[in-house]
Amino acid sequence: MLFDLLGVTPQALFSQLLLGLINGSFYAMLSLGLAIIFGLLNIINFTHGAQYMLGAFGSWMLLHYTGLNYWYALFLVPIAVGFTGVILERLLISRLYHLDHLYGLLLTFGLALIIQGLLRNEYGISGKPYAIPEQLRGGQNLGFMFLPNYRAWVIAVSIVVCFGTWYMIERTRLGAYLRAATENPTLVNAFGINVPLMITATYGFGVALAALAGVLAAPIYSVHPNMGADLIIVVFAVVVIGGMGSILGAILTGFGLGLVEGLTRVFYPEASAVVIFVIMAIVLLVKPAGLFGRTV
Amino acid sequence: MTDIEKTADGVADLQITQSAHGMPHHHRMIFLALLVVALIAPFTLYPVFLMKVLCFALFACAFNLLLGFGGLLSFGHAAYFGAASYVSAHAAKVWGLTPELAILTGTLAAAVLGVVFGSLAIRRQGIYFAMVTLAFAQMIYFFSLQAPFTGGEDGIQAVPRGRLFGLIDLRSDFTLYFVVLAITFAGILFIYRIIHSPFGQVLKAIRENEPRAVSLGYRTTQYKLAVFVLSATLSGLAGATKALVFQIATLTDVHWSMSGEVVLMTLIGGMGTVFGPIAGAVVIVTAQNYLAGFGAWVTIIQGAIFVTCVLLFRQGIVGVLARLLRKPL
Amino acid sequence: MRKTTTTAAIALLAGLAAGAATAEISVKIGVLNDRSGLYADLTGEGSVIATRMAIEDFGAAERGISVEVVSADHQNRPDVASTVTRQWIDVDGVDVIVDVPTSSAALAVNDIVRERQKIFLVSGAATSDLTGPACSPYTVHWTYDTWSLANGTGRAMVEVGGDTWFFLTADYAFGHALERDTSAVVEETGGQVLGVVRHPFPGQDFSSFLLQAQASGAKVIGLANAGGDTVNSIMQAAEFGIVQAGQSLAGLLVFITDVDALGLDDAQGLVLTEAFYWDLNDDTRAFSQRFAELGNGNMPTMIHAGVYASVLHYLKAVEAVGSADSDAVMAMMKEMETDDPLFGQGVIRTDGRKVHDMYLFRVKSPDESTGRWDYYELLNTIPAEVAFRPIEDGNCPLVQ
Repeated sequence: MLFDLLGVTPQALFSQLLLGLINGSFYAMLSLGLAIIFGLLNIINFTHGAQYMLGAFGSWMLLHYTGLNYWYALFLVPIAVGFTGVILERLLISRLYHLDHLYGLLLTFGLALIIQGLLRNEYGISGKPYAIPEQLRGGQNLGFMFLPNYRAWVIAVSIVVCFGTWYMIERTRLGAYLRAATENPTLVNAFGINVPLMITATYGFGVALAALAGVLAAPIYSVHPNMGADLIIVVFAVVVIGGMGSILGAILTGFGLGLVEGLTRVFYPEASAVVIFVIMAIVLLVKPAGLFGRTV
Repeated sequence: MTDIEKTADGVADLQITQSAHGMPHHHRMIFLALLVVALIAPFTLYPVFLMKVLCFALFACAFNLLLGFGGLLSFGHAAYFGAASYVSAHAAKVWGLTPELAILTGTLAAAVLGVVFGSLAIRRQGIYFAMVTLAFAQMIYFFSLQAPFTGGEDGIQAVPRGRLFGLIDLRSDFTLYFVVLAITFAGILFIYRIIHSPFGQVLKAIRENEPRAVSLGYRTTQYKLAVFVLSATLSGLAGATKALVFQIATLTDVHWSMSGEVVLMTLIGGMGTVFGPIAGAVVIVTAQNYLAGFGAWVTIIQGAIFVTCVLLFRQGIVGVLARLLRKPL
Repeated sequence: MRKTTTTAAIALLAGLAAGAATAEISVKIGVLNDRSGLYADLTGEGSVIATRMAIEDFGAAERGISVEVVSADHQNRPDVASTVTRQWIDVDGVDVIVDVPTSSAALAVNDIVRERQKIFLVSGAATSDLTGPACSPYTVHWTYDTWSLANGTGRAMVEVGGDTWFFLTADYAFGHALERDTSAVVEETGGQVLGVVRHPFPGQDFSSFLLQAQASGAKVIGLANAGGDTVNSIMQAAEFGIVQAGQSLAGLLVFITDVDALGLDDAQGLVLTEAFYWDLNDDTRAFSQRFAELGNGNMPTMIHAGVYASVLHYLKAVEAVGSADSDAVMAMMKEMETDDPLFGQGVIRTDGRKVHDMYLFRVKSPDESTGRWDYYELLNTIPAEVAFRPIEDGNCPLVQ
């Protein structure tokens, strides 16, 4: 009845909402990582998209060269990519903390170009197929729609990881140090907590989150060197909409915008690629600090 | 005061002391030398390549007006460059306008876009400003992908160069070169005037210390918007001209990598310097041209230049030269 | 004395003859295609190899024609294609541009060669506009086009009952042309087009588009895309159980390299139209064997075959004319019948269309296949006379 009124089938509506939720899972994980890094390091990590791509490529390489399957990749790849993040932070990014934050943006942009270029040279631009793990193949016919098992898994993992991170930061002692260091690093350092180490670890963790998102994405999207480049810009918009103030804000905005995008695809598909940017413009007009942000 | 401002400042200070007496002597000499080189160049080098350098030099100078003198890092200048490119291509091809009117139409489109996006973007500062401009540019990218008149992935092809003022046939690369040279030079001189006008002084004051400028009674938002719109408009002029040179307007012009390229040109040349962006454009366009056969190496090298510039070479080529010569360039 | 004179005269004549043989005609061929992207496997380096094979088989060196080959990557972007073409013609003295997949890029090159009066041998690009409204006196469209694909695969699908269609179209010149030409065939044979969705090129995630196609309820989902895009669409359709739910997929342009990438499990049963298959006869097998050894072991696609045959025919015309003058060579190419081991005998029409037989294949099941590259079963040969759009229907300005 309602569906007749709207002129769409329930199947079309729910399937697109589901796809929106999957995109939202990636937005949430990526904007969460950006928010954590920004909170402590005060840089916008433009390399985030490339690190997401490294996660996907990492799982492809692991399978292709060593034969280790998806389940190994799920743990090994985020650790490995997170470790490269630690090295980047120690070697390069840490040299810029005394400068304008914009230099951090430019540096990480340059790094993203290098990483993407190197992989493009080696593997070309066309996608590498990565099969869905056997245990997660097939799907459930829910009556109103067909739900592939793997997509359900992605949503579940993303929700667990996002809220786990939120819990860790907002409810544990380690998280308390982190929040304190975000507010006043000098004071926290004076209390005998090793802030530089914490900064490095935070960057590594944020990068590992991006890589985990990449591993999850590998079986859905074809694995190719530019897969993160366009996504990261959408995530920037997500971050602007949510505001950098809160971890929960980043998560909720991510999922929410994914759903909005899915809805747009049902009712006005042509606008689905721009809807997030339009929302961003509106938020800037009404609440420049973002939905969850503190005024800057 | 941030480092970007510091770098620009040292140079700008010196400039201002001399600019009271019109253009300083050595600037006049450099402009003259550049003009002579530009007039001789097409006799030995491929004019289409040179025109590309000129268009990007203007684009980088326009961008530098915003970054180097306004202190605002936009990561979405491809939007104005590319939108103008599309509009002027459409105007020349579909509406059949003469080239000068097509370029004017494209430039106007960029100006309008600059007003709309600029008034929203300047509500945020610093990194947020960069992200917002980037997101707006991506919006233009998707618009260009789907709007009926932009031709999607095909772009607008076979744009006629037409006759300048209905008289001079521009089909010859050689003739067109001098037209492009005139446009670029006029654009760059105009930017030079802006920087050294009272308006430019206020910009500098805002960049150094916005609250102080506000307390002195300046409406800083209006100044920031004005420099944003000027920069967008001149970027549009570069894009509109480029569309006629290559007779094509495509998604490449509005893609975010174009925004990155212009940042790179300004950074390597020396932001906040008068001649830096020109040097940056020459270096990057030449590198692209000679490395074109090496696939993704262009991207890798550009990335490496970014990293090197940010870590070790923040003043850029011309910035370093200016320090060595102890003269603002 | 007389003897000396005679000897001198003979020497002079011999000298002249030798001079004629060594007064080399030099030709520069530019192979412009996708060398790193989603069409790199079906064009790419393979087209350069095919070009060199044609030069060698023609015996260019022995016939006094020195040929130089240059190649470049246009990244499937029309602006890059147009910049490279200009530079090749204006600065590097390239006489003939070969291959150029990606219709948007090919149309850009087509405009420049028309203006600069250089020859363009298209094998990779598909849009039938190249011999229609955009036709040029200097362009030959060799291998296939969107009309011939629609006429092959589209017609075959409607004939087995697939009379309602929904298109998943790559959003650029090629996709649009393929969708247009196939819609015409579907409607002409009594079918109906229910809807269209256009995806970005190159695409990544096709799931939302596939679900739109599924919601339309059409019997056939026509994939008006190519290369990696087609491969991904077919794989994601499998993930969402679209074929099991009763709709069928029509891959309107599928190459043998795509079938190889998909694997027979996913590709079996696809009906497709090609101008060439390595396992057609002894000549094609011999060519393909050599090609595979020179390259990375892949069998040639029809695009590679078209590059070989078109370069061979071009060189024959250059020899016959005795120069690389574009107008004279093109006149000769259209006057001479074409004859090569891969496409047999054929002609080039006034509008630049090369005509030859086309083949309708069905992809074998894993059981039927004897090994890698044994993929196709021949369903039907579409004779040259009806395989391509009639010349009067194309609206080519050269024909009127």
